Amino acid sequence: MTATTARPPIAVRGAVRRVLMSAALAATVLMALPALAANKFITVASTTSTQNSGLFGHMLPMFTKKTGIDVRVVAVGTGQAIKLAERGDADVLFVHHKASEEKFVKDGFGVKRFDVMYNEYVVVGPKSDPAKVAGSKDAVAAFKKLAAAKAPFASRGDNSGTHKAELEIWTAAGVDVKKGGGTWYRATGSGMGATLNTAAGMNAYALADRGSWIAFKNRGDLKIVVEGDQRLFNQYGIILVNPNKHAHVKAKQGQAFIDWTLGPDGQAAIASFKLGGQQLFFPIAGKGSSQSASEPRRAVTTIQLISPTAVGDPRAWPHGQSPRTAASRPSRMWMTRSAERAKFSA
Amino acid sequence: MIEFSEAFLAAFALIVGLDPALAEIVLLSLQVSLGAVAIAAAIGMPVGAAVALFRFPGRVALLVLLNALMGLPPVVVGLFVYLMLSRAGPFGVFGLLFTPTAMIIAQVSLVTPIIAALTRQVIEDLWVEYEEQLRSLGAGPARAVPSLLWDGRFSLLTAVLAGFGRASAEVGAVIIVGGNIDHVTRVMTTAIALETSKGDLALALGLGVILMTLALGVNAAAYLTKEWAQRRYG
Amino acid sequence: MTSILPLELADVSFEAGGKRLIKDFSCRLDAGPRTIVLGPNGAGKSLLLRLCHGLIRPTAGHIRWQGVDPGVKQGMVFQRPVMLRRSVAANVDYGLKLRGVPILRRRAVVDDMLGRTGLRRLADRPARVLSFGEQQKLALARVWALKPEVLFLDEPTASLDPAATHAVEELIDAMHREGTRIVMTTHDLGQAKRIADEVMFIHRGRLLEWAPADRFFARPDNDLAQAFVRGELLWWRLGKDRRAISKPS
Repeated sequence: MTATTARPPIAVRGAVRRVLMSAALAATVLMALPALAANKFITVASTTSTQNSGLFGHMLPMFTKKTGIDVRVVAVGTGQAIKLAERGDADVLFVHHKASEEKFVKDGFGVKRFDVMYNEYVVVGPKSDPAKVAGSKDAVAAFKKLAAAKAPFASRGDNSGTHKAELEIWTAAGVDVKKGGGTWYRATGSGMGATLNTAAGMNAYALADRGSWIAFKNRGDLKIVVEGDQRLFNQYGIILVNPNKHAHVKAKQGQAFIDWTLGPDGQAAIASFKLGGQQLFFPIAGKGSSQSASEPRRAVTTIQLISPTAVGDPRAWPHGQSPRTAASRPSRMWMTRSAERAKFSA
Repeated sequence: MIEFSEAFLAAFALIVGLDPALAEIVLLSLQVSLGAVAIAAAIGMPVGAAVALFRFPGRVALLVLLNALMGLPPVVVGLFVYLMLSRAGPFGVFGLLFTPTAMIIAQVSLVTPIIAALTRQVIEDLWVEYEEQLRSLGAGPARAVPSLLWDGRFSLLTAVLAGFGRASAEVGAVIIVGGNIDHVTRVMTTAIALETSKGDLALALGLGVILMTLALGVNAAAYLTKEWAQRRYG
Repeated sequence: MTSILPLELADVSFEAGGKRLIKDFSCRLDAGPRTIVLGPNGAGKSLLLRLCHGLIRPTAGHIRWQGVDPGVKQGMVFQRPVMLRRSVAANVDYGLKLRGVPILRRRAVVDDMLGRTGLRRLADRPARVLSFGEQQKLALARVWALKPEVLFLDEPTASLDPAATHAVEELIDAMHREGTRIVMTTHDLGQAKRIADEVMFIHRGRLLEWAPADRFFARPDNDLAQAFVRGELLWWRLGKDRRAISKPS
């Protein structure tokens, strides 16, 4: 027999190779299925503008630390968030378009809507300001001027809360934006960041929430041209997805999140969040929220949490209620609250 | 133009600083894409080989369909898988939505046609060369499938890498079925989309540089493995 | 173990592209002699072998083997061998593995075959880097490992140099001595004279003469066969004697 290097016989070598390859393959696949989180979690459908502002990164860890419940935020457009919640893919809905939210509850998809906080929209535009609206405190008048000047305007056009708010201002200004579509009015059909990118690139006007604007880094030649109008206040509501519609909804944990958000800790967390040195979100839980006809109002302890300076500020009471009328409700609500607690503690 | 230099600086800073958030995102990206490609190969290669070797009614239609499915738009696949896995959908009971598993499912759907179509072409060409000899040795089409898959392994590796390229680069599917949830379903591409939407273009581009480096690394590793195997085993 | 021989061809015809390439072919192959199928290029020699081996089906007529599962007991070596992209030893192993031979037995057979064909030192080399001659020896080793009763060879040395040709012819001889029925095509008269026990002469798809080798080369009956043996190119000849024959003379 001719001398050959001592090697294991052919068949064994082939088998070893095959085993190694199968092991590598199995390892790859197993690695690809990470163990499901052992801890509890809820899914909250919210919006990209809220997510991008950084609020969730600030307040959610506090909630998790207190309760041990992880909060997974799926941040999409308002329309998509509501659709997600309707289909039962989320436990809690946390968006900012009151009319849509009330419809959501009315159609039976949600248990009850509660006010949480508000933030503001601002109108941004090129420093050159061709439509001469800079410094105005009247959004409707400014929008009329924009339409008259046919100044380029970048709209989100994606059925989001921001988009719907923008359309409401156009309607109030008596402008039919469909006529401008494709010329001065550009609907990008995308999120806030993408729309601002487009506006910066086109030197166009746009409506943005202050949080997204502060966090936005690609400003180009844009600056804030209109702010401070009451119409530009953007209210957030939080709703538990109806467990009667979707049995798997984590009602207890979702309610715990809602309770915390509307409670002293949550409201303080919201108020303490600052971006660029400015407070973005103003907590308003317990004032002037809508309700489904059958459910009584709830959650009153938050009234005390509005900072003393803000209490006298008419902006903190969008529905025109005075602190006194609100404060007269406590006792009835306490009983209601514990009754509601009992309902979900099963 | 400033963005490009800022981007490279951002990328460099993240890597050198061993940013843990970045590490988490990179690991998840690899898990999802490599896992999806492995499963897609396990399904797609036998399917491709079968279409190559067997004659059955509707074969040509299936062949054309496989080729066409290579161009499936990721966002459409994402939407479809979302509707399937949504609680309101047929497979909602499994609660797979917004998990990495859902992302793998979506990517498997995207990548399997690519691997199957490319495998079909490779095996068909090989069969032309090998058919007589294999039949003579006693291997008909059925017995020939594993032999041809092994013999075509270097060409098929390219098919698998094409699939991996598709999986690791797409964002449309994983963002819908995964939800881009921080620490849970955020991968490289969805993170880039997020940073872009925030207007942080330099960081987004930096992440893009890292993603492409990752893809380069995977391809280089595959090539080197192939070279080593070729030298050792022929 | 029942033999798969005799092989019977009855009025076999093969048509492709509207042309009849094999015409009314009839013969009966028994065990024993080394048969060389001789004829000019395009005569249909390769087709005939493939028909017998079962790689293609006749459009008319019957091909009958004896016994069950005749496919297993035949082998074929082609003019250009197709090597699997694996080692030399793995190539030899392939056919055995297909037939479910247990692993220890396979190792022994592979080693034996590599020894007989002089390829043992190349056992772990990738088969595709071998020279043509070595690849053809490997093809023989591969098919010899299966111990076929009948071996078809389609111009196996057409692309080989004389040394390799000699080596291959020796191996064919060895296989014959161990009982394999050899049916080989060639257009090389010298090789035919070296190897043949009997010759089947084919022209344009018809079997024109079938005779023991020494008689065929000395005094062929058929005029085209005569021309062929003389070394002439049969490009325009149709021949006077066109009747097909079915028995050796």
